[in-house]
This record gives sequence, structure tokens and C-alpha cells, in this order.
Amino acid sequence: MIALRDIRKAYSTEFTRLEVLKGIELTIEDGEYVSIMGSSGSGKSTLLNILGILDDYDSGTYHLDNTLISKDLSQKEAAYYRNRFIGFVFQSFNLLNFKTAQENVALPLYYQKISRKERSDLAMHHLEQVGLAEWATHFPNQLSGGQQQRVAIARALATNPKVILADEPTGALDSKTSHEVMEIFDRVNAEGKTLILVTHEMDIAHRTKRIIHIKDGLILKDGV
Amino acid sequence: MIDLDKWSEIFESIKRHKLRTALTALGVFWGIFMLVILLGAGQGLQNGIEFQFEGDATNSIRINGGWTSKAYKGLPKGRRIYLNNEDIAILQRDFPEVEDISGRVFLQGNQQVRFKDKVFAYSVRGVSPAIAYLEQFMMVQGRFLNDGDDHLLQKNAVIGTLVKEELFGKDGDAVGKEINIGGIVYQVVGVYYDKEGERSLRDIYIPITLAQRVYQGTDYVNNIWFSTAQVELEQAKSLENRIRRMMSAKYLFDPEDMRAMWISNALEEYQNFQNLFAGIKAFLWFVGLGSLLAGVIGVSNIMLIIVKDRTREIGVRKALGATPGSIVNMILSESIFITLMAGYFGMILGLMVLYFASSIQSEFFRQPEIHLSVGLLAIVILTIAGALAGWVPARQASRINPVIAMKAR
Repeated sequence: MIALRDIRKAYSTEFTRLEVLKGIELTIEDGEYVSIMGSSGSGKSTLLNILGILDDYDSGTYHLDNTLISKDLSQKEAAYYRNRFIGFVFQSFNLLNFKTAQENVALPLYYQKISRKERSDLAMHHLEQVGLAEWATHFPNQLSGGQQQRVAIARALATNPKVILADEPTGALDSKTSHEVMEIFDRVNAEGKTLILVTHEMDIAHRTKRIIHIKDGLILKDGV
Repeated sequence: MIDLDKWSEIFESIKRHKLRTALTALGVFWGIFMLVILLGAGQGLQNGIEFQFEGDATNSIRINGGWTSKAYKGLPKGRRIYLNNEDIAILQRDFPEVEDISGRVFLQGNQQVRFKDKVFAYSVRGVSPAIAYLEQFMMVQGRFLNDGDDHLLQKNAVIGTLVKEELFGKDGDAVGKEINIGGIVYQVVGVYYDKEGERSLRDIYIPITLAQRVYQGTDYVNNIWFSTAQVELEQAKSLENRIRRMMSAKYLFDPEDMRAMWISNALEEYQNFQNLFAGIKAFLWFVGLGSLLAGVIGVSNIMLIIVKDRTREIGVRKALGATPGSIVNMILSESIFITLMAGYFGMILGLMVLYFASSIQSEFFRQPEIHLSVGLLAIVILTIAGALAGWVPARQASRINPVIAMKAR
């Protein structure tokens, strides 16, 4: 599903050059349930952004579902791949406050030019999946943090992506709601979806089936 | 092809951001509204004054005798120059440009005018038939004085519509009635209307010959008024100079002595007003464009703030698969829609104010109006300005990395 070969990425300013990723080799199979761990500054967020085509890389190759994700994609192509291949879940949810739960879930489908009717049907279906059907017409600020994150998961699932990328999905939640969110992730993976989440909480990481430790831009340890 | 889905997305956004929408709309609305009002009012002022000029023939010259203010050829200053019938004859004979001409004799003070038991006081003037053209009178009843009245010293009078109303009532018939003016009985032969205004509708006109012989005993005239062939301002001025030289030789006053003889040229006055209006118009445009510019700056600022405000939204949309083009398209469509609607309503309201203001009929203001094309052009300018102002930051925002955009607050 995902194949990274010698991925390197550096951020340089006028005076300094900071190597964040120093040659990442990583293969993730279809249906895997993976967590990426590392301290802040280890490069785990950069890796996730590259995996999510939110950021580009300097050298190496990245294949996603046997498609080469070139390091110099145009913005338009990147947008297309993000929309078709990837579902995002963010730490701060990133729902649009002026849209209802259902409209938020439907938003990525809008960029697939799916009709309004079909969009809201699909969105409703995915809200049901995360147990928020009766909250469909509520706005994000009327929902609890856990509920908002579940809406975000529904939104990530709406396009039926190849892979779900979650960046500290429980970072803003208490342990009880974290647990609820993780249960949803468990179930999504059980249904066969590839899931990659970045976290620094051990108990969250241990719920996944594979833990990749990153330190100083390199994979330190890969396994359970 | 209208993208219905895009527009319903935009309408949702407008509906959910009422304050933002209202602020954008207000700037545009006010800019257009003020422009329409200002230009309309300026036009109203001009229409009002031009209407005044329609009250008299514009190609006419008036000559009044004055007092000499300079000693000339051994004669002292302070002499009175009286114009008389001979001057009229000379003007007619020696100056081919002179067309309709009349002397005017103003009877001393207001005359008591009596009809049956009604007594009023009006100013009475002795004139030649040419006055009807020079004053641009419209006859409401009967006829104006004619040459026959002049030659035969007929005691005939022509009265203004207000004189008629006061003496004979609103629906009364004046022609053929006999009125007593200062002890002498006249027959009313006509009633005139003059656009110039109420004051000139309270006058009574009698043959000049009669006024000179019965009331004055001389052939002096208070002034001479004549029309010229349609000439350019330059020619009118040269005519004025030649008349002044002729008069100066005849009455022995310094041709440079402007006070010895007043010559006023309606064409010159008209031109002066035209220049004044050019000035007023330029000023109004200046102020109008100023308010338009203020509107443009206001819209631009709001657009900048809106784009800043939406940066996180843009980041989220990009992460979910929005292309940069679709982001710019969305923001611009929204702002253009808002500015167009606001501009439209600003213009409509401005036009409504002008419509109600057009019921104001004063001497100096009538029928304020604005060319539709000017209003539409203003709206287009504002829209383009707003779009440009939004386009630059929207494009930048659409290009930044969605991760960074999503962190924006």
C-alpha cells in the first residue's frame, strides 16, 4: 500500500539547514494498523505530512497504492490525490464552524463533484457509522470534543480513501473520549482500512498492531 | 454554465457569515449611494438654473443708461445718460445683427389697479410688441400688444397670469374686461405666462408710446432690450463694443467708462453659468470619485481581513482535496456577488432618493437625475476593485501549505 524509499527532507533557511528526515525506508501493507511514535522534533509530523501529500520531500520515492507520488506534484495533482487516496484526522479536529456535522462530512465529496443529494446521503451514512446520526444538524461548537473528533473521522471515511492518516487524534481529548475514538479506529481497521496514526502516548500506540519509533529523522525501531 | 453546486455553497457561506457580508456590502452600498446622490443633486442644480434661462431669450442684450464716472472732453463726471426712442431707431438702422428690439418704460412705483370692487398694486411697464419674444412669454388668453396698439396709442393692457387670478379669479375670463390703472381705463387684450417665476407674473404691460406720453411726457426709456441673430460669444462682444463706441460718441462719455452705460449680454451670462456648472460638475465628480475611492479602499480592506479570517478554512478545504483554483474561485465569486448586490441596492436607493427629491421645485433646483451608465460604471469599478483586492491574498492563501494554513488562527 505504502512504500517509502530513502525519503529525505530538509528545511533550510538562509543561514541554516535542518535535516528532518534522513532516509526513511518504510513499507506498510494494505489493512495494516500502524502508529508512529517519537518525541517532538523527531520528524514524525513531517513524515505524516509527506505521507498525506500535504508536504513534499527532497529525494527518494513514495509509492501510494502502486502510484508514484512524485516529489514535485503540482498543487492541483496533490489536491486530487489527497482527495481520492487519503482521509485525514487532526488533533484539533479542523471542522468548519459554519457548517453542520453533516455538511462537514460531506465537504470532501463536494470536491469529487458528487451531487448534493448523494453527498448528504453518504455523509449521513458515515455519521451513523460513528454513532452521531442524531447530531447531524448540529454545528461543531454544539458538540463535545469527542463528538467533534468522531465527525472528523466520519469526514475522513466519507471518500472511502485508501488510507486514514491521524495526527495525534486523541491529543486534545480526555482518556475516556480517547478510548471511544480509539474504539472507532479499531473497528475501521477491522473492516480492512489501512490506518496510520501519529502519537506520543504509549497506551494509544499499543492498541495498534505495529509501532514505528522515529528518532532524529530515522526509523529507530519497527515492530510491536 | 452556472455551477449550481458552487453557488449553493457560496450562499451557505454568505448566510452563515452575516456580519462579514454586511461589512463588505456596506462599503460598496455607501460608495454608490453617495455617488448617485451627489451627481444627481448637481444635475438638479444645473437643470434648475438652465430652466431659469429658458425664461428669457439667451441671445439678447440689454442697455441701460447710467451716470458718467469719468470726466470726458471737458464735461464733468456724474452726468446722467438717458436713452430715448432715437437710440432704438439708430440701433435698428445701423446694426444689422439687431433683430427684435424694444425700449422699456417702468412707471414710477406700483400702480393702483382696480377692477370693479377689487384694488391691487402692480408694476406697469410700457413696451413694444418685441418684448413678447424677448421675455419668451406664452399667451394664455388673447394676444400680446401689437404695432397697432403702439401707433394708435390704444389703451390696451396685457396682464400676467397672477394679476388675472387676483382680479378675475382662477377661472375668470380677462380678455375684453376694462381695468382702471392709476385713473385711466384700459382694456385687457391678453394674459401671458412666463416660466421665469412668480415675480414676473405680477406685471402689466401697456404700449410704450402711451407710457411715454401719458405718464412720462418724454421719449426717454429706462432701458433698451434687443435680440441678436444667433451669434458666437465673440461676435456678441464685438457688437457690444461697437454699440458702446457709438453711444459714447453720441452722448459724449468716455468709452472706457463702464458706468456711463450698462450693457449686459445674456449670452455672456449664459456662458458664465455654463462655466460655473462645468466647475460644479468637476467638483461633484471629484467628491463622488472620492467617495467611490473610499468605498474601494473599504472593500479592499475588508477583503484582506476576510481572506485572513478564512485562512484556516482554506487549509482545511485544501487538505480535503480543494485545488488552489477552486479556492480562489470560491472567494472571488462570493465577494463579487456581494459587491454587485450591494452596489445595485445602493444605486436603487440613491435613485429613489433622487425621485423623491424631484418633487422639490425651487428656483434653483429641479429634476435631479443621473445617467444610468454612470451608476453602472461605478458598480463595475467597485466590483473589479474588490475582486482585485481579494484576489491577491486569496491566491496567496490558496498556495500556502495546508498544514500551515490550518494552524492559522
